[in-house]
Amino acid sequence: MIDWGHTAVTIAVILGSCLTLAGMLIWLERRLLGVWQERYGPNRLGPGGCLQSLADMIKIFTKEDWIPPFADKAVFVITPAIVVITALMSFAVVPIAPQFVVADLNVGVLFFLAMSSLAAYSVIIGGWASNNKFAFLGSLRAIAQLLSYEVFMGLSLMGTVLLAGSFNLSDIVEAQRHQWFVIPQFFGFLCFFMAGLAEAHRTPFDMPEAEAELVAGYHSEYSGMKFGMFFVGEYLSILLLSAMTVILFFGGWHGPWLPPAVWFVLKMFGFIVLIILIRATWPRFRFDQLLTFGWKVVMPLALINLLLTGGIVLWKAGAPEFTMLR
Amino acid sequence: MTNTWIYARNLVIGLWVVFKRTFSTPVTVQYPEERPYLPPRWRGRIVLTRDPDGEERCVACYLCSAACPVDCIALQAADRPEAHDRRYPEFFRINFSRCIYCGMCEEACPTNAIQLIPDFEQSEYARRNLVYEKEDLLISGTGKYHDYNFYRVAGVKTCDKDKGQGANEFPPVDVKSLMP
Repeated sequence: MIDWGHTAVTIAVILGSCLTLAGMLIWLERRLLGVWQERYGPNRLGPGGCLQSLADMIKIFTKEDWIPPFADKAVFVITPAIVVITALMSFAVVPIAPQFVVADLNVGVLFFLAMSSLAAYSVIIGGWASNNKFAFLGSLRAIAQLLSYEVFMGLSLMGTVLLAGSFNLSDIVEAQRHQWFVIPQFFGFLCFFMAGLAEAHRTPFDMPEAEAELVAGYHSEYSGMKFGMFFVGEYLSILLLSAMTVILFFGGWHGPWLPPAVWFVLKMFGFIVLIILIRATWPRFRFDQLLTFGWKVVMPLALINLLLTGGIVLWKAGAPEFTMLR
Repeated sequence: MTNTWIYARNLVIGLWVVFKRTFSTPVTVQYPEERPYLPPRWRGRIVLTRDPDGEERCVACYLCSAACPVDCIALQAADRPEAHDRRYPEFFRINFSRCIYCGMCEEACPTNAIQLIPDFEQSEYARRNLVYEKEDLLISGTGKYHDYNFYRVAGVKTCDKDKGQGANEFPPVDVKSLMP
């Protein structure tokens, strides 16, 4: 029996905090990049400049809603919504604390993977509908990148799923009560984190929107709030990547003394800072290097990791194939 | 394979180097609140100064206008009958949209009248507002040289002093009586 009141409150809290955090994340990223480049970043509006995103939002809302005459209008308009919707849908299965989850799906991991694959469509059709060569090049890159990284993102998660014996994210967190999965699944964590960075179009995998080469990549033609949606969607996917990393490999809400939700948010914050630090430090891959790295390094790594994990799980379970070895 | 490890190691070292910047202070000067110290000789806005008696120092000799490499100074000389026919600029105009703040006018000025001061906040919304007239340029003080009065050190006879009576001046030597 579903408790509708509880669900409604959870949805409201998660939706509200996700959108607010995504806005604050823009400010946080700009401030942190400033700190690491020995400057200030936005520090004028509000305490420490934290209302900067609000001002940007007002500005972006009042801009002209321009659709290029050569664009495919319907697709062009619907694309930014897909980015945000898919990112927010994924948050439905994210357990922040015990019982604090919108939909405690039995296939939470698969749902998350499906939603991140759907987000790829927005990039592809957004660039295509723009009818602009830079946007098209950006979305071509995005297709190649997302196809390659989608594969081993799924594979790298399977080790975790094997260890926990469930696709349910709450069960996976519960299985990490005594040991975080980052220890037995270290290579799985590395693969997942790299794939996640590529999914979120973050440095060093931000080829689809390489601003030094492709204007703004697949969203070159977007302006006003449509561009804002892409922007917010990108930060939502950073939030999602941090949240999923924490859930799958860093014990979710588990931690001493503090309440579960606080632990979850703290761990998530740590990963957000790491992602921003990576952006402040590392250069962008060249595109062929990106694909080579994906298929020749990370993909075999994820496969070997899955093979070994599967073997160890079977060994411990005393599978008949192993009994003669004992 | 060795290269791969070197690359991976360097990437992590890079992360650490950038992370260490967390504990350094920004080099940015928060300009409107926090202003940089400008030395007194800093070449900024141009002013016309007065001598210690409160008279205009400018004698309208046109040297600044001639020295100006971008021809941004325009003036017109006139006489003042009430002040012993001394010359003064009837109008004095500097076009700051053209001025390059090189300080040549200040170097050329024989009376220390035109001076550059440490002020750079001259933004305007309309370009014509950057043309400064004499009333905008003339200040009531002496600028950088507090005791300087051209007519006291000129070395010639003026209305207030005879030859050789000025500051740092000796009385003229009578060459007819200068015998060995």
